Amino acid sequence: MSGHHVSRRVYFAVGFALLVLFLLTVGVAYIDLGPFNIVVAMAIATFKAILVVLYFMHVRYSSRVTWVFVSASFFWLVILLVLTLSDYATRGV
Amino acid sequence: MADNHSRVAHQFDDLAQQQEASNLGMWAFLATEVLFFGGMFAAYAVYRSLYYDAFVAGSQHMDVLLGAVNTAVLLLSSLTVALGVHAVQRGNNGALTRYLLMTIALGSTFLVIKGFEYSHKYAEGLIPGVRFALEGPDHVELYFILYFVMTGFHALHMIVGIGIMTAMIILTRKGRFSPEYYNPIEVSGLYWHFVDIVWIFLYPLFYLIQVHP
Repeated sequence: MSGHHVSRRVYFAVGFALLVLFLLTVGVAYIDLGPFNIVVAMAIATFKAILVVLYFMHVRYSSRVTWVFVSASFFWLVILLVLTLSDYATRGV
Repeated sequence: MADNHSRVAHQFDDLAQQQEASNLGMWAFLATEVLFFGGMFAAYAVYRSLYYDAFVAGSQHMDVLLGAVNTAVLLLSSLTVALGVHAVQRGNNGALTRYLLMTIALGSTFLVIKGFEYSHKYAEGLIPGVRFALEGPDHVELYFILYFVMTGFHALHMIVGIGIMTAMIILTRKGRFSPEYYNPIEVSGLYWHFVDIVWIFLYPLFYLIQVHP
């Protein structure tokens, strides 16, 4: 099979990193950063999602066409969120 | 080799091509799932920006600790799925079965905890349309509607995931998988990891809105 084999060490390292980042999310939530609380929380969550996609879902070792599919789903999500929110943000309600 | 050959459906030249196609198929499905949940996240973003006070008031009724336990449980379940793929690549189907069982156990733990949370919400009268008794800022129901719809769809995906993992255990016990052919394990894992990623975003958005003093 052509699939790349990721070592157990990498899986455990990523799993450990995810748990540390999760504890960081909880810890940071208890510090008042004003409007930046949500920014930090979403930044950490996005970083965790990228770790899962690249290592647990093996995209880092996948073919270019897999990259295209993954990027496309992210790109369409960005269209969905940005166009919707830019509408509401500029309505002046 | 004869055995491997029988694993290749006739439209494919070889196992590698078949594996590539089934992975892409799963990613195409996951793209539709991203947009399915994306619409709800967009609704969340719009209403949170319009009625921030209501979202803060609603989120005060979340159990941060139970949510945290569930987050850790799901992250661990993703690790066990990844280790299961590793095991089948080494031809260790006994370990694969154990990792899949651990995944199901962790997924079930998540659902049981979620069930306790939902029943607390019912007891406190926090379910819009069913039993809602919270006197809060205007539109506070919207927070709970989004909470139940989004975590509910997430839980539904967990139930489906547990069903898929159960099927994978049965197929493993039947000796269907080998280091050469383990595609169904791989794509089932992709689905499970996706559901985990959804929760990675749900947890801070619903439980940690304004918990600092």
